Amino acid sequence: MNRIFRRNETLVAITIVGLCLIIGLNNPTFFTVGNLFTLLRSSIVTGIFAMGVLIVLISGGIDVSFTAVAVFALHATTKLLMAYSPDAPIWLFFIVAAVIGLGLGMINAFFIAQFKLPTLIVTLGTLSMIHGFLLFAIGNQIIRDVPPAMTAFARSSLMNIPQERGMAILHPAVIMTIVIAFGVWLLLRYTMLGRGIYALGGAPEAADRAGFNITRIQYFIYAFVGLLSGIAGMTFGSLARQSNPQDIVGMELNVIAAVVLGGATLTGGRGTVIGTILGVILVIIANNSLILIGVPTVWQRVVIGIIILVGTGIPAIQARRAGKQSFGLADA
Amino acid sequence: MEKTTSRNSLINRLPFDIYTLRLFVISFAIFVAFSLLLPDKFLTIRNMQSMMVQFPEYGILAFAIMITMLTGGIDLSIVGAANLSAVVAALVLTRLAGENGAGMSPVLVIPLAMISALIVGSICGLFNGFLVSTVGITPILATLGTGAIYTGLSFVVTGGPAITTTQLAFIGNGYILGLPIPVIVFTVIAVVFSIMLNRTTFGFNVYMLGTNPTAALYSGINSNRVLLRTYWIAGLVASIAGIIFLARTNSAKPDFGASFILLTVLIAILGGVSYTGGFGTVSGLVLAVLSIQFLSTGLNMLMLELFPSSAAIFFRQIAWGGLLLLVMVLTFYVDRRRKRSPGTQT
Repeated sequence: MNRIFRRNETLVAITIVGLCLIIGLNNPTFFTVGNLFTLLRSSIVTGIFAMGVLIVLISGGIDVSFTAVAVFALHATTKLLMAYSPDAPIWLFFIVAAVIGLGLGMINAFFIAQFKLPTLIVTLGTLSMIHGFLLFAIGNQIIRDVPPAMTAFARSSLMNIPQERGMAILHPAVIMTIVIAFGVWLLLRYTMLGRGIYALGGAPEAADRAGFNITRIQYFIYAFVGLLSGIAGMTFGSLARQSNPQDIVGMELNVIAAVVLGGATLTGGRGTVIGTILGVILVIIANNSLILIGVPTVWQRVVIGIIILVGTGIPAIQARRAGKQSFGLADA
Repeated sequence: MEKTTSRNSLINRLPFDIYTLRLFVISFAIFVAFSLLLPDKFLTIRNMQSMMVQFPEYGILAFAIMITMLTGGIDLSIVGAANLSAVVAALVLTRLAGENGAGMSPVLVIPLAMISALIVGSICGLFNGFLVSTVGITPILATLGTGAIYTGLSFVVTGGPAITTTQLAFIGNGYILGLPIPVIVFTVIAVVFSIMLNRTTFGFNVYMLGTNPTAALYSGINSNRVLLRTYWIAGLVASIAGIIFLARTNSAKPDFGASFILLTVLIAILGGVSYTGGFGTVSGLVLAVLSIQFLSTGLNMLMLELFPSSAAIFFRQIAWGGLLLLVMVLTFYVDRRRKRSPGTQT
């Protein structure tokens, strides 16, 4: 088992290095600090989302509603605080968005944990409901003059490195993504809850008999994904300096591609934080840099689709081979 | 015509299929409710006609998702496959015939365009089937990936904008014996599915595979071949829906009908198709399609009356999502009651 994990992650790492070399040799601007910081900035939001999706996939579920939760949290928070406390500090924005996200995540959790309904169909339903409610009742216009705290956040920097043209700016939200990833790593690796999530994905029946409270684990998973989505949505809006209720929805493919590329499977309680981070990096590089080697941007979706198939196909073939072997042994 | 088919199968099944009867009552009740609420808008000949041409668009796609759900899988790529087929057909039409085309006769080009669409749909479906059966990827993720690829390829082919052509408009607006052609296509597909699922070995195998894959394996069913054929049929049906898209809107758009995935899943669940596979009838699906069309039109009219703002169009999104969850929860309680009292088990 461990060998497969390692093989998968090293495979992704090698692909990243190879892709970087191909792009960099064709276009030297790829290897500048400026481009590195730009890539890091683009991976902030996908990275936070990916941590949530990773937990869901490990547990054997799938969530397609997280983008709707994120854009709902972003737009509702922006409208709410603009109306009642436009000079609020940025942390308040994040807390409100996280709480809204948590609340919306609880809707998913309720249907999935309480009734044991299939996660894809539930989250398809909540995706439509949450986004529809946002556009119908809260607002369907772009807010461009966002509160000053969000604008200031977009401009803040951790490190400035002067370049030939302008400045390379490292955004502090990168730290936030790293902290969240570290937190999820600790959760999955060192807590009973984390073990429970893997157990649930591996074999729900066995997890139940082993004494895990599956309902409670599922409540945690979908509420936590909601919370992360709220934070990711706020980050997205702050970085873009606007709140567009039509944004973010549609990003879910990129995130799911990154996570399955990192080795998480829907059917086996597998997946690691390191693999997911590598997956995010590869998807971000592929998305942002294909144009640098002359692949037109219209191919982006095709590339994402291929990434999903490769990311799910390799583990599936490996599992099939392993399955055939054990099948043969059982027969004998 | 589609009403008589559903009624016929209802009579055949009446003593056995309470679910279909209940669904028939529900769709009838929805129809009556809106007719009473909006008599001068809903209950008009014009509205009946416009509803008749609307439902085949997603109704045909519902058959594609149904057959994959019967095997315990799902096909999230059908909208992508439908659009890719439509784009290819539109490309054939505009390049070979029409004003800027090679000047070939439309009599030759139109069948050629349709055949190309069907071939594209078949390839899409067979590729899904290969990934699900031979490679062994979970259907959700496999078709999520291929859906992105098919939609992406449509964007690559068109470069983004829609391809417009009015050469198939005679199908979209045409009538045969007083019935819109899309409705006839929908009815033919319903009849073919009914025969295929109830009267052929393949249909039996599809249900068997969805009910119990292990039992299917030990009873000698080649599950790989059944899966391959299932997804192939789903792709083929999707390409027929694609031709209808093109004929109805006179254009092929790479991202047309984004909401149809949710809608078709909703129809299948409402129609009594089990998401774990093995259960589901054509009559249930047809009734669910009709209910959704009545609800869709009725709600739209009602919301425009109550909230005369641009936001009213988003209400439908809430309604579909909410209805999907509601039906699932109701099914949960019905199933649980059935399990508790073994006497009512069928």
